[in-house]
Amino acid sequence: MSSDLFMVSNALIGIPAAAAIAVALEPEYRRSAIINVCASGATFLFALVLLIVEPESGGYLFVDDLNIVFIVLSTFIGFTTSVYSATYIDHEIETGRLTSANVRFYHAMYQALMCAMNLALLASNIGLMWVAVEVATLTTVLMVGIYRTPHALEAAWKYFILGSVGIALALFGTILVYMAAEPVLGHDAMVWKTLMQQASRFDPRMLNVAFVFLMLGYGTKVGLAPMHAWLPDAHAEGPTPISAVLSGLLLNVALYAVLRFKMLLTANAAAITPGPLMITLGLASLIMAAFMLYRRDDIKRLFAYSSIEHMGIIAFAFGMGGPLANFAGLLHMTMHSLTKSAIFFSVGHIAQAKGTQKIAEIRGLTQSQPALGWSLVAGVVAIIGLPPLGIFMSEFLVVSSTFARQPLLAIPLVFGLLLAFGALLLRLIGMAFGEPSRDAGEVKASMLPLYAHLSLVLLAGLYLPSHLVAWFQNVARLLG
Amino acid sequence: MEHLTIDIAHVLAGALVLTSFMLLYQDRLSGLINIYTLHAVVLSLSVAWQAYYQDAPHLYVTAAIAVIFKAVIIPFSLRRIIERLRIHRTVEVVGGVGVTMLIGIFLMALSLVVMLPATASADPLAREDIAFALAIVLLGLLMMVTRRNAVSQIIGFMSLENGLILAAAGANGMPLVVEISVAFSILIAFIVIGIFLFRIRERFDNVDLFELDRVRGGRS
Repeated sequence: MSSDLFMVSNALIGIPAAAAIAVALEPEYRRSAIINVCASGATFLFALVLLIVEPESGGYLFVDDLNIVFIVLSTFIGFTTSVYSATYIDHEIETGRLTSANVRFYHAMYQALMCAMNLALLASNIGLMWVAVEVATLTTVLMVGIYRTPHALEAAWKYFILGSVGIALALFGTILVYMAAEPVLGHDAMVWKTLMQQASRFDPRMLNVAFVFLMLGYGTKVGLAPMHAWLPDAHAEGPTPISAVLSGLLLNVALYAVLRFKMLLTANAAAITPGPLMITLGLASLIMAAFMLYRRDDIKRLFAYSSIEHMGIIAFAFGMGGPLANFAGLLHMTMHSLTKSAIFFSVGHIAQAKGTQKIAEIRGLTQSQPALGWSLVAGVVAIIGLPPLGIFMSEFLVVSSTFARQPLLAIPLVFGLLLAFGALLLRLIGMAFGEPSRDAGEVKASMLPLYAHLSLVLLAGLYLPSHLVAWFQNVARLLG
Repeated sequence: MEHLTIDIAHVLAGALVLTSFMLLYQDRLSGLINIYTLHAVVLSLSVAWQAYYQDAPHLYVTAAIAVIFKAVIIPFSLRRIIERLRIHRTVEVVGGVGVTMLIGIFLMALSLVVMLPATASADPLAREDIAFALAIVLLGLLMMVTRRNAVSQIIGFMSLENGLILAAAGANGMPLVVEISVAFSILIAFIVIGIFLFRIRERFDNVDLFELDRVRGGRS
């Protein structure tokens, strides 16, 4: 049984790696797009197998209840985004914004990113996880800069510098964790499993310092304020499928790293409780982003700030801890990933149809592009947390669990939520209704991934399968 | 004998911190590259000494990578780049040398104050090495913040990475995988930066990051 699993988890790394090489060798962009879709689809299927096979670990990879959630979610969005990306890229080639050489590179990087993210999620070793997060960062930097306009280069440069500093701090934290564990565990002190079992015997002071570095380092990648400066630029200037992947997946991978180390600190009674730090950063991100939403004039930047806001809510929920808040955090993370990537799917096509990303020049979408316009409306209605969609439920859980335990903290939380609600609604009304603005050209939109995401979010809002609830509850208990 | 070994390790780590301070006030690009070379050489000596002290032969590999890659290949390519970009101008230091040095000293003190109590239980060699390493990391960050030129920012970042290698080498018996991948990541990182430099060169007349700021226009 364990060899089966070993094969499955290797496939999750191996398929994207092989596909990256295959698309790099394939000059024709339509064929490489097909390879991209097939490889992402196959990876997703293998991730589903993990749900059936009893998790067991071996070698450098391991699977437990926590990372399965992340893996299934990220391979699913990786797959739908690759479907979306195929039509998006088609349009970019036709309008001449990208050449087929660019696209070949783009597809190779896309698969390399999938490989690195799966490795980061599956790694059984804190050093290996760090390497994988670093590789994931580098591939996205290259994709953000792919249009090679001054704005894109600036965004990529900023992302690269801030991302590297974040990653450097995370490595320092990783080394400190090793040093704290080494007297107890000897040279095995980088393996998650042994670390978790023996955590109570580590030197708490060293763990405290380590966690500060890890939180700041990986927190930069999560996009928490005040280390968020790279995020809006990277989202706005790169190709839209990459904005979807950044918001839907990469932020989650960094969050996963933070959560793992949080579990480590929770297991050591003498160390600081990591909760308050996460709560502070989470609330700061939520409120800062909510204010910033009012001043945006670029549609992709707008939704990038909304991602910061939601990562703030998620960090806040996990910082609160306890079964209910953790459950809410997990659910919110899942719903946010699905909704936000759906929004970016529609925003990408809207920007192509209108030939601009300026909010002021986008009006009357529900008349000029009914399908895209109404999906944007649905997406925004979901993201601001109106019932009956999934985010309403997860936000409701976050707020109610906060009220039950720390009523004072609920005030800034609700304030931030309402602020963001108003800003996004205001912008949405301007873009979706009224006299339509001029179109720049025809767009052959791929609506399937969009509908898939939105219907999942709706379904989750109406009815959560009891199996899923039990599974999330189990993970929430694990998180402590 | 035990004391002497530890003292030598501390002298080398301290020398690395001093070299970081030299990077802070050096205002010419070519001079900056020379000091970075020195930084890499001191790092490799320090790592090699750790290899000897810990009896960990794989650390010699890390030391060799530091010499060959960081002290030879990178300085060489950086010189090519600044020649090709024709930037032999002085590097402006935001805030002035005096203030920067004072902040640097403050950061050094801060890392000693933070790390020494926290690592009281670790072995004496690793203990002070990690404090020095943190100082180098913070000084590298300071350099990245105060410089506006892309090349000097890169050098700041690479000196920061050197601090991380010092920390990794000082941590007793840290697995080889990590060191090699760290070195490898630096290689990738460097290639990325190289590509960026040339792309930036295509679009702008120099690699001054003020140019990038100007591009931003009214956006915040």
